[in-house]
Amino acid sequence: MLKAKDIKEKYVRSHPSPFCPGCGGGMVLNSLSRAVEKSKLSKDEIVAVSGIGCAAWIPSPHWRVDTLHTTHGRAIAFATGVKLGNQDLEVMVVSGDGDCAGIGGNHLLHGARNNVDMNVFMINNGLYAMTGGQVAPTTEHDEETLTTPYGNPSSSFEAAEVVKAAGAGHVARWTTYHMNELIEEVEKAIETDGFSFIEILTQCPTRTGKKKNMSGLEMLEWYKENTSKDQDTEKIYVGTLSKVDKPELTEQIYRQIKEAGGDPK
Amino acid sequence: MKEKGEYFMEGNIACAEGALKAGCGFYAGYPITPASEVMNHLSEELPKVGGRFIQMEDELGSMASIVGASWTGLKSMTATSGPGFSLMQENLGYAVMTETPCVVVNVQRAGPSTGQATKPGTGDVMQARFGSQGDYELIALSPNSVQEMFDFTVRAFNLAERYRTPVVLLADAGVGHMREKVKIREDVKTVKRRRPEEGEREFFDTDREDHVPPMPNFGEGEELLVTGSTHLGDGTRDTSSFEAQDNLVRRLVDKIEDNREDIEDWEEHHAEDSDLVVVSYGSMSRPARGAVRKARKEGHNVGFFRPKVIWPSPEKRLKKIGENSKVLLAELSLRGYRMEVERSVPSENLHIFDRLNSLPTVDKIYDNIKEVL
Amino acid sequence: MSKDVEINIDRKLCTGCGICIKFCPKDVLDESDDLNQYGNHFAEVVAEEECIVCRRCELYCPDFAIEVEER
Repeated sequence: MLKAKDIKEKYVRSHPSPFCPGCGGGMVLNSLSRAVEKSKLSKDEIVAVSGIGCAAWIPSPHWRVDTLHTTHGRAIAFATGVKLGNQDLEVMVVSGDGDCAGIGGNHLLHGARNNVDMNVFMINNGLYAMTGGQVAPTTEHDEETLTTPYGNPSSSFEAAEVVKAAGAGHVARWTTYHMNELIEEVEKAIETDGFSFIEILTQCPTRTGKKKNMSGLEMLEWYKENTSKDQDTEKIYVGTLSKVDKPELTEQIYRQIKEAGGDPK
Repeated sequence: MKEKGEYFMEGNIACAEGALKAGCGFYAGYPITPASEVMNHLSEELPKVGGRFIQMEDELGSMASIVGASWTGLKSMTATSGPGFSLMQENLGYAVMTETPCVVVNVQRAGPSTGQATKPGTGDVMQARFGSQGDYELIALSPNSVQEMFDFTVRAFNLAERYRTPVVLLADAGVGHMREKVKIREDVKTVKRRRPEEGEREFFDTDREDHVPPMPNFGEGEELLVTGSTHLGDGTRDTSSFEAQDNLVRRLVDKIEDNREDIEDWEEHHAEDSDLVVVSYGSMSRPARGAVRKARKEGHNVGFFRPKVIWPSPEKRLKKIGENSKVLLAELSLRGYRMEVERSVPSENLHIFDRLNSLPTVDKIYDNIKEVL
Repeated sequence: MSKDVEINIDRKLCTGCGICIKFCPKDVLDESDDLNQYGNHFAEVVAEEECIVCRRCELYCPDFAIEVEER
């Protein structure tokens, strides 16, 4: 069994973390590190790319791997350049729901369409946390946030379903309550040669918690009660949504280079 | 990639060929008039030399991916025009802040906004320098011939690698779509970024006089911290200390400012001792130079000055010229380079010949020279 | 099992979120009366002898503040 002490020594830097008490950010860091430890990867092969927001701080600077902390919403585009630049690197994108599905929505769609080999973790807390708790594309209809004081007039965005429709090779959803399942899914993502997208419902005790009068712990329990591994219930489905074989971009481009007479090394 | 020799070639193709000669290993772009030929050509030629080509979903993504690829050790490039260049400003600033070598070609067209896509203009001169937020300096080159589209693209890569900075090739539709003779040499000099020496662990600060830290690649076990936030020498984000901000941003600016002598380049004829000096750049500088030649033939004491590197602007040279003679600024925009020249030349000595869209004839500029004299 | 287990909680890292206390199947942990330097009621070990070394607390702690050592 993996020990927290070993994981921390090998994978974590700059602690204490900047995250609020009960935040799921550290749990995501823990799960990614454990999945890498269980996989055949060396951490020197990993490049963690992130954008802007609380979730972007999970890898930068706290994950002891190469990190690229970029501009708001563009992480997947930066990551595409990294992967095409060096096929041997394992590219991991950690992005919040606003970063990934809001301002970065177009890059998300085309990353999925290209099926470029990377693992995208969308840390979904349902709002823009770092800036104070404004409405996000993932906020439920009628929900109150800082900028929807009369309730969200809009509807939420089912990012995982959209990414699945856009053609990603591997799509899944879990929550921070499901640590063991999540770690297994991250391992699957690492093994997948294509665009893996894992939506991770993650508690924000400070912003969401304040509106809903819930602690981080209570939110974890809410995830437990309101999710199901069975797709035929009213609850939020957790598990793999899609796993398809389709051409992966880097592989295709490297093949074309070789066919054109070039050497991609 | 073209062999050594002389060719009749379009400016944008010459730019692409220059990129290949310079050792470009990654290109990302998005279609836009009048720059698309750079991308069209590289999509076919880059794979032949082992380079990666990708057409991205937009210019935000293009600029982002060339920065990502640069950190894997590849010389990276994108090309666009005004509307795309506006979208690239965000990650151009990121490249400045993270000291990522890359080349951004802007084949300028008439703006603002969509403007006239096939017509030349040079209204993006200030944007190239000031378009992204915060204090910074970068390098921008201004070609005026197909030959310079080739040569300056090579130099843009070399400067980017030498100084770990984005370099803008500030062309215009005039030179981009022009076809003329270009000579491709065998012995093109190329430069590669400085790699860390044994034990060198600071990749974002340095005591060296040139202010350029070494740059490792991803995947080399350095546990790199690359961030657009203010950071310390080892890359650690520091969003609160004034010292960190001062140390980093001042060095980024000094990196260009203190290396002016190596970076600056211009063309001048009789700029020292003339009654009037015509200052021009880009495709407009071609008829402008012709008009100066004609004026001199006619016995007028007229000189010519053309910045080849437009940022950093050769401000000392311009100041010197403006002290001794009248200056006629000839440009294909109303606000392109004007404020920079106004800063260096006393207003009583400065005259403006600005045109939008069509390149004027030599005679038109010649007539204006005579008026000013 | 008690003799063989030592649970260390780094009170400088613990934010007092209470997740470990609730997720422990054997009620080994509880909230302290004291505050740490951030003003948090950190978690403390109250029944070490009950620990079955499932390491659930290690898995769920968001702050890498808990280490379960088997001696």
